[in-house]
Amino acid sequence: MLAAVGRLIPADGAGPGGIEAGVPEFIDRQMELPYGYGSYFYLKGPFHPDSPVTLGYQLRFTPREIYRQGIAEADAAARTSLGADFAGLGAARQDEFLASMQQGRLALPTVPAAALFGQLLENTKEGYFSDPIHGGNRDMVAWRWIGFPGARADFTDWIDQAGVAYPYGPVSIGGNRT
Amino acid sequence: MTSPPKNRPVDAVIIGYGWTGAILAKTLTDAGLSVVALERGPARDTSPDFEFPRIADELKHAIRGDLWQPLANETVTIRHRPDDLAVPYRKYGSFVLGNGVGGAGVHWNGQLWRASPEDLNLRSHIEQRYGKHFIPPDMTIQDYPVTFGELEPHFDHFEKVCGTSGVAGNLRGQIKSGGNPFEGPRSDEFPTPPLPAIFAAQLFEKAAAELGYKSFPTPAANSSIAYTNPYGVRLGPCNLCGFCERFGCFLYSKASPQTAILPILAGRQNLEVRPNSYVTRILLDDTGKIATGVLYIDEAGRELEQPASLVILSAFQMHNVRLLLLSKIGAPYDPASGKGVVGKNYAYQMCAETAAYFSEDVEINPFIGAGAAGQRVIDEFNSDHFDHSQVGFIGGSLIYAGATGGRPIDQMMVPPGTPAWGAGWKAAIRKHYRHSAPMGTQGSVMAYRDRYLSLDPTYTDSHGLPLLRITFDWHANEYKMAAYSAAKMEEIVRAMKPERQATILMRPGNPYDVRIYQSTHTTGGAIMGSNPSNSVINRYSQSWDVPNLFVYGASAFPQNIGYNPTGLLAGLAYFSAEKLRNAYLKSPGPLVSA
Repeated sequence: MLAAVGRLIPADGAGPGGIEAGVPEFIDRQMELPYGYGSYFYLKGPFHPDSPVTLGYQLRFTPREIYRQGIAEADAAARTSLGADFAGLGAARQDEFLASMQQGRLALPTVPAAALFGQLLENTKEGYFSDPIHGGNRDMVAWRWIGFPGARADFTDWIDQAGVAYPYGPVSIGGNRT
Repeated sequence: MTSPPKNRPVDAVIIGYGWTGAILAKTLTDAGLSVVALERGPARDTSPDFEFPRIADELKHAIRGDLWQPLANETVTIRHRPDDLAVPYRKYGSFVLGNGVGGAGVHWNGQLWRASPEDLNLRSHIEQRYGKHFIPPDMTIQDYPVTFGELEPHFDHFEKVCGTSGVAGNLRGQIKSGGNPFEGPRSDEFPTPPLPAIFAAQLFEKAAAELGYKSFPTPAANSSIAYTNPYGVRLGPCNLCGFCERFGCFLYSKASPQTAILPILAGRQNLEVRPNSYVTRILLDDTGKIATGVLYIDEAGRELEQPASLVILSAFQMHNVRLLLLSKIGAPYDPASGKGVVGKNYAYQMCAETAAYFSEDVEINPFIGAGAAGQRVIDEFNSDHFDHSQVGFIGGSLIYAGATGGRPIDQMMVPPGTPAWGAGWKAAIRKHYRHSAPMGTQGSVMAYRDRYLSLDPTYTDSHGLPLLRITFDWHANEYKMAAYSAAKMEEIVRAMKPERQATILMRPGNPYDVRIYQSTHTTGGAIMGSNPSNSVINRYSQSWDVPNLFVYGASAFPQNIGYNPTGLLAGLAYFSAEKLRNAYLKSPGPLVSA
């Protein structure tokens, strides 16, 4: 997971990477919360995973199960075809492996690779951009990178200054500022 | 079988304590009735539930949706066609459902529109202007049994209750500059002036004017000034905080039942609100013609009966229809024969979006915005405001500009071709976040013979009761409508001179996709009409079958409009409430003879 987050939002080039932003800690925490246990989703059967994709998520898995089972299966697939766990591949081969999951070209025994990839990318972006109160976006690095002022939530003094760059840095729910 | 314990009988029981539940609670307690309101979700109020800074949490509110109905307990099933297998809506996507006191009125956008006059007599209007042949045979649109003129005082009142900001475009028949020239005549100005346009809306305004369109401020239930509403409740000015759509308002600016109506009901001895109370059935007497109360499960999990002489069904559109079906009130709609009424004419909205990507010296500040305030819109291509004779469809769209908060997780825009991850994505979000703006269309969806609501035969809620099943997909009329509206939007966006623009539009061959948020404006299934064979309720929102049952909400709409539904459904509720108080309570019985 750590290795994948490091490729989805890499440290390469300018701007904070997912690992330095604390995304793995965010995901760990989310997996211990009701979200991780699937409490936000309707997970009663029967399940029809072959329904048209436009009818949405139809798997039986909770987010925890997607990771627990999916990562083990993806690593096994990497060992078989590439001779190493995902974490042991170089950056270029990791990117290629992630792309094969994203496009559904990689076949895994129970968890569809695209579902594993989709959840990982979704959670990674959540951890990157959500308030630091949730464990990611450490020091509001992602907000500073894009220029989002976080929880300021008061633009009274900017209502009449449309088109002028907003000058203040982000604040967080916890009261941190930059 | 032992029958569930009975609570003390009351004059009226209200099912669902959102906007229309609050409106009816006020009306009925004003009239001196004893009232119990049953709300499936928790009690919620501005303080402490929407307090800053905890409310300013995108993940909690706009992604996980802690204010929304927990789908784990109850969802709906969805299929595209009557012969398909419906599967559960397991995760939120296409629409979000309200929960708790205030309902969806807590986390709505506050776009407070009236319907156009011709939206209310749509079938006869279209037949008269374009001929009967213009309506496809499977399009089951109907007239409302009530006119714009009858509803206007109630639209006006609700706008005042909400401290609505805006500019009149048609004041008592006189077209006014700066407002919507296509609106029906209004009896009064908006109660508060509009907020200035945010920057993206200013660019839109200028471009629209160049093309000869008359843009105007989106009517916003975001008060722009300190304002006291007709009930004596005070609202504060909106500061465009960006935590509006999908959030409760911490500033008492966005009107909600909590900010606009509930404060005056607090402490009324003849009103009791019971949160976490899940109604499972409306009870009928042996004749099946009189409601005797409701059965519900309280917060301790006990099943209780609440006897009442009057039943107000004011839950969300889908829940109203489901509860009628579970209670076996009215004939369920059958798409094969076209007979039956409960579940008939389910409709939705069809939207398109054009993202404009500007150069890095254009400072959009996308995080400055509200659900409605600060936005600008045109109404040229909505309703029947333009000649449809050559376009090949019925209906139309609003076209609007304005960010609702630039939420980074949910609303990040990058141009097509940008990778979804990796170094390329990371560079693109920095380049575009502060310099891009969304424009949108929101379009009507007509009613069709094969688009309807019913009970699912397989899936159940956490109490074992059948889920509601939606059978819905787009028809050719809507694809044409959306493409036409989107082309007009794209023309305006081009005139805004972005470096790039990209449109997301449903085209023929793209089925209804529940994964993508589109609109929570679901309508129909308990529609109002002129007689019991074409509708569930009469013009006063009274059940044809059970005259001491009244049903409120967008479930009443015979087909959908291109406007947001809250203004129309609140107008219908106030129109009914007036009649209920002045006629029904004096002499209970049918208000319209069948």
